[in-house]
Amino acid sequence: MLKQNHSFQIIAQGIMIVASILTLLPLLLLLMSSFADNKSILLYGYSLIPHQFSLEAYQYIWREHMQIFRAYFITIFVTVLGTSAGLAMSILYAYALSRPDFPGKRFFSFFILFTMLFNGGLVPTYIMYTRYLHLKNTIFALIIPSLLMNAFNVILIRSYFQHNVPASLIEAARIDGAKEFRVLTQVVFPVSKPIIATIGLFIGVGYWNDWLNGLYYVTDNRLYSIQQILNNMLKNIEYLSKNATSVAKSTSLAGQLPAATVRMAIAVIALLPILIIYPIVQKYFVRGIALGAVKG
Amino acid sequence: MRSKRKSIIKNLPVYLMILPGFIYLLINNYIPMAGLIIAFKDVNFAKGILKSDWVGFKNFEYLFKTPDAFRITRNTLLYNLAFIAVNLIIGVMFAVLLSEIHSKKAVKFYQTVVLLPYMISMVIVSYLTYAFLSSNTGLINGFLKTVGLPEVSWYTEQAYWPFILIFVNCWKYVGYGTVVYLASILGIDRTLYEAAAVDGITKMQEIFKITIPLIKPTIITMVLLSVGRIFYSDFGLFYQVPMNSGALLNTTNTIDTYVYRGLITLGDIGMASAAGFYQSIVGFFLILAANALTRRYSSENALF
Repeated sequence: MLKQNHSFQIIAQGIMIVASILTLLPLLLLLMSSFADNKSILLYGYSLIPHQFSLEAYQYIWREHMQIFRAYFITIFVTVLGTSAGLAMSILYAYALSRPDFPGKRFFSFFILFTMLFNGGLVPTYIMYTRYLHLKNTIFALIIPSLLMNAFNVILIRSYFQHNVPASLIEAARIDGAKEFRVLTQVVFPVSKPIIATIGLFIGVGYWNDWLNGLYYVTDNRLYSIQQILNNMLKNIEYLSKNATSVAKSTSLAGQLPAATVRMAIAVIALLPILIIYPIVQKYFVRGIALGAVKG
Repeated sequence: MRSKRKSIIKNLPVYLMILPGFIYLLINNYIPMAGLIIAFKDVNFAKGILKSDWVGFKNFEYLFKTPDAFRITRNTLLYNLAFIAVNLIIGVMFAVLLSEIHSKKAVKFYQTVVLLPYMISMVIVSYLTYAFLSSNTGLINGFLKTVGLPEVSWYTEQAYWPFILIFVNCWKYVGYGTVVYLASILGIDRTLYEAAAVDGITKMQEIFKITIPLIKPTIITMVLLSVGRIFYSDFGLFYQVPMNSGALLNTTNTIDTYVYRGLITLGDIGMASAAGFYQSIVGFFLILAANALTRRYSSENALF
C-alpha cells in the first residue's frame, strides 16, 4: 500500500515536471533568443542556448528607445487609468446589486447578465466607436471599448459582497447615520480587499495585454501600446527600421537592425512586468478563477 | 405614486452609483445589439445607418452562396469541440495529480507554472510560436536540419495547423481549467478518502470512483459554459498565431477572423455584418440551450 503510494507520487511529480518544462520552454526560448547575436540567429536559427551571446538587441532598443519608451508609457497609462475606472464602476454597480432593498435590482441584474448572452459583435461596435463616437486614434480607444467593465467581474464582486459582508454591519453603520457612499467606502471596502485585489488584477492584466483595441481603432503610431508595437512588428519585420526616431538615423541604421533578436527583446520587455508580478500575486488569480467557476 | 417617488429619492445615491456602469453597458453593449440591423441594410454613411436602404436578406444570400460560410462554421465548431475535449482531459488530469501530490510547495509551483500562459497576451504567444516555427530561423526546422530531415514551411502548410492550434490553445488555457478542477477536488470531504483507504482501494480506483464522480458537476458546468461559446472563437489564436497567413485560411479562418477581414481588410460591411449577425443569433440560442442544460444538472451554476 505505502509502496504503491510512493511510486504514484513519483509518477505524478514526473508528469507535472514534464508539463512545467513544456510550459516554460517557449518562454526560455524567447528570453535566450533576445540575448543572442543576430547573425548567429540568421545562421543557426533560434536556440535554447545561443551560439553566441550578445546584448546588441537591448543596446539597439536603448539607442532607439523613443518609440519603445513612449509605447511603454502609453501601456502603463492605459492600464492604470482603465483599471482604476473599470474597478470603480464595477464595484459601484456590484454594490447597488448587493443591496437587498434596492428597487430595480432585478432590472439592473438582468441588464448586465444579458450582455453575457447576447452581443452585437464587431461590425456595429466598430462603426459606432469610429463613425459616431469618433474614438479612432484617441487614447480613449485603448481604454473604453470592451475592457472597462464586464458582467463576469460585477457578478463576482456582488456575490462576495452578499456572502462576506455581514448585513448587520451595514445596518449598524446606517443606524449611526452613515450615507450609502460612506457605507461602501468605510464598511464594505475594508472587508472586501481580497475580491477587489482579484478583480483589479484581472482588469489590469486585460489592459496590459490588450492589442485588439489598438488593432481596431489606432493607426497613429504616437498612440501605439507596447503590444501593438509587437503586433505590428509581427506584420512587418522591418517595422523598427521604418519607424526609427529620425529619417537620417533610419537610413543609416536600417542595414544593421538586428531584427531577429530585437523582436524577441521587445517581447521580453513587454512580458517582464507579468513575469515579475504574477508569481507574487498568483493566489489572487487562483482565488478569482476558482470563485468564478462556482458562481459564474 | 407618492411612495414610489419617495423610494426613488431615498435610493437616489444607489441609482447614482449604478449610473456610470449603466451608461457604459448601454453604449458598449446595447447600442451595438441594436446595430445588428445593419445586416439587413446597404450601409451608406452619407445617409446614416437608420436611413440606409433596407435590402432584406441580400447580405445573407451573398454570404451563404460563398464556400466561406460553411468553412468558417465548420472550423469554428470543430476547433472548439477539440479544445473542449483536450482541455477537459488534460485539465482534469493535472488537477487530480496536483490533488494527490503531498508536497504543498511543489503543488503551488506547478499550479503557478501551468497558469502562467493564461497571463500572456496572444501577440506574445504568436512570437513564441514563431520562434519554434519560422522556416529560416525556427527551433523546429533547426532541429529537423540537424537530424537530416526535410524542413517544413510551417506557415504555408495547412495540414499541420489543427494540431498546432490545439496545442497552443491547450498551452495557454489548460491552467485555467486545472485551477477550477483543483479547487473543486479540494472541496471534497476528506473522510470519504479515509473510509475508502480502510477498505483498501487502489489509487486508480480512488481517482475514478471518488474524485472524478464527485467533481462531475464542475466538469459539466465548465463543459456547458464552453459549449455555450462554441460559436465564438479566440480571434488572437486564429489571426495572430498563424500570422494572418493567406495560405492557411482554409484551416484557420473562423467566424471571428472572417468578420474582421471582411470589415477591415476588404471593407465589405454587408458580408461582415451578415456573418456577425449569424454569429450573434446562433450564439445566443446556443448559450440559452447550454444554460438550460446547466440548470438541470446544477442549478446554482446556471446564469439565470
